[in-house]
Amino acid sequence: AMDTDLSSQDRKDLDKFIKFFALKTVQVIVQARLGEKICTRSSSSPTGSDWFNLAIKDIPEVTHEAKKALAGQLPAVGRSMCVEISLKTSEGDSMELEIWCLEMNEKCDKEIKVSYTVYNRLSLLLKSLLAITRVTPAYRLSRKQGHEYVILYRIYFGEVQLSGLGEGFQTVRVGTVGTPVGTITLSCAYRINLAFMSTRQFERTPPIMGIIIDHFVDRPYPSSSPMHPCNYRAGEDNGAVYPSVEDSQEVCTTSFSTSPPSQCVFTVTKAHFQTPPPVVTDTLKVPVMGLAFSHQLSSSRLSYQPAALGVGSADMGYPVLLAGGLNAAHPHQLIGPGKEGGVPPVPSQPAHGTQADQERMCTPLDGVHYSAATPSSSEDTETVSNSSEGKCGSPHDLLETIFIRKVGAFVNKPINQVTMANLDIPFAMFAPKNVELEDNDPMVNPPESPETESPLQGSLHSEGSSGSSTGNTHDDFVMIDFKPAFSKDDILPMDLGTFYREFQNPPQLSSLSIDIGAQSMAEDLDSLPEKLAVHEKNVKEFDAFVETLQ
Amino acid sequence: PLSTRCCAPSSAAPAMNCRAEVLEVSVEGRQVEEAMLAVLHTVLLHRSTGKFHYKKEGTYSIGTVGTQDVDCDFIDFAYVRVSSEELDRALRKAVGEFKDALRGSGSDGMGQISLEFYQKKKSRWPFSDECIPWELWTIKVNVVNLANEQERQICREKVGEKLCEKIINIVEVMNRHEYLPKMPTQSEVDNVFDTSLKDVQPYLYKISYQITDSLGTSVTTTMRRLIKDTLAL
Repeated sequence: AMDTDLSSQDRKDLDKFIKFFALKTVQVIVQARLGEKICTRSSSSPTGSDWFNLAIKDIPEVTHEAKKALAGQLPAVGRSMCVEISLKTSEGDSMELEIWCLEMNEKCDKEIKVSYTVYNRLSLLLKSLLAITRVTPAYRLSRKQGHEYVILYRIYFGEVQLSGLGEGFQTVRVGTVGTPVGTITLSCAYRINLAFMSTRQFERTPPIMGIIIDHFVDRPYPSSSPMHPCNYRAGEDNGAVYPSVEDSQEVCTTSFSTSPPSQCVFTVTKAHFQTPPPVVTDTLKVPVMGLAFSHQLSSSRLSYQPAALGVGSADMGYPVLLAGGLNAAHPHQLIGPGKEGGVPPVPSQPAHGTQADQERMCTPLDGVHYSAATPSSSEDTETVSNSSEGKCGSPHDLLETIFIRKVGAFVNKPINQVTMANLDIPFAMFAPKNVELEDNDPMVNPPESPETESPLQGSLHSEGSSGSSTGNTHDDFVMIDFKPAFSKDDILPMDLGTFYREFQNPPQLSSLSIDIGAQSMAEDLDSLPEKLAVHEKNVKEFDAFVETLQ
Repeated sequence: PLSTRCCAPSSAAPAMNCRAEVLEVSVEGRQVEEAMLAVLHTVLLHRSTGKFHYKKEGTYSIGTVGTQDVDCDFIDFAYVRVSSEELDRALRKAVGEFKDALRGSGSDGMGQISLEFYQKKKSRWPFSDECIPWELWTIKVNVVNLANEQERQICREKVGEKLCEKIINIVEVMNRHEYLPKMPTQSEVDNVFDTSLKDVQPYLYKISYQITDSLGTSVTTTMRRLIKDTLAL
């Protein structure tokens, strides 16, 4: 076939297709990580606005961020659009989970029809993306986000950076579409190991903005202790730098609700503290997500490995962080860059807070709140890291941040501030405390059978058991009480329930047991000739009998 | 009961252009339905378009396909399906029959369910139309029996992981961009697509299943047609 150049109309169409494909790709990925089930309606009459004939909602903030990242350009060779999905815990640790890459390579398909084939194949590719976004490990993580961690996204354009995914990351290809100007490729590289970030790395990317996850219930501590929270945004224009205890500290939290547009909520709140954020009162063991993660993400044990700094490029993305950072050497204490190390200990007092106007952190019901990175956030990284390294003294072995536990909607009593357990490792909450967890999990280790066994157990497990009456340790059902209906019987001196219990484990039939069976088999065989002889003798009787039947 | 009016049954050997994909899963009895639905819906997601609306001069516009997430109850798994209650009902019906057949007597828990996409080629009376398959998906199922809750919990997760792999496999096949029927003219559209649903338009398909009985022989139980096959010839 002739090698025809792309007509200008085709070229324009193709560029438009690629642009909207990129935008829709971002929407699908981000929406798949909101933690909610997505549902859109089919419509038989074309509305003209549904790109690629698929009903994919457009979350305005996401489109805005995508357009910002693309800056009027299209994916091209060497210029890929990447959507980075990461996880941020309430302690402030973050970890990259996935990088979705929309790339273009040089392999051109000059003969393909743009307005028809390319369009339909792009539509097919989006469907594949819908399917694949549900099967990578981050999907299940994102469905459970809200309390201990949140899922964040970041869009960048340029070279793909996979170094933040840890070792041994896996890649899944979503699909490719050939076009006259190159082949579009969509793939995902995802982390399979929950590797810890080194504390050194954590120092370099300390908390930048604070979102207090919960409303303060009480004031944190009395004014006598000079606590300093970790710096929020040094160098920020409004000058919120290293407030001392009594200073009012301005924490600007911008949170978006990225639930479907009909519930879109954009709020900006400022919280004024009279005192720095609260410190620990109690150490509370936070329920570990362990089981789900250890199966999902890795077959290897969690291990401590220094990882390369994942967030290398310009934007910090959308950090969602906690107030405060602590000096390792002195747990339960706060340090700030203004201090040289030791800080007076914190008296344990119930924490108080005045953040009634703080926006509620997201729950899976609401969708994820992403706090926007302010334009100065990238500079902040520098300033803060410098300051914290310079002034925080010796490297931290421990890092602990204050976590304000979210008070659930239906909780009667407020939960005081707590710290996240396991101070010495970030992501400790993900560490499978194997023995403890599994031992405590009734699903994994069913409780021992009670002495008096439930009636149903016996009958249900008769196929599995050897028939012995003491062998019943299966606990698929726990019988609370057995009140059989209509069970009173005048004839028998017992009711149905008692009957059940008494006779639920009858001994096995002797003919079914192997030993006896083997014996009787031998006996049977021996006795066969004898039996045959008897039958032969009576053959006339048998014949007569058969006659009567006919 | 087999409808005899419509297409002649597909011949045993697939047509030349028919590509065949086989997937295998081992599941617990109560997971059969969800696992089958997950695979079938994923395939049909890729093989359904919006409703065509033909305009003059042979052009047509295409309706919009919505999608929704489905969480499985017995498997740690979620999948995306086309938002069409009719289609979901049709698949559930077929999968329900398959599940019942698997459970029924004479079955040792092994069977397979097939999703075949075909095109109709009209023949002149009195010959019935030919059905020419162009893609065949077969899911082989092995039902396992588990003894206790601990095993069931592990099975939930394992089957979930397996299904993730299957979805990736399906998407790989879809991405090959191999043969697809040509987009039809208005008069031909019913030979290529199932136009009976009101909100989406899958390619013509049929679902059938086989149960392996305990003797190891294959017993074709039913050919079920899920298209509106009461065409007047």
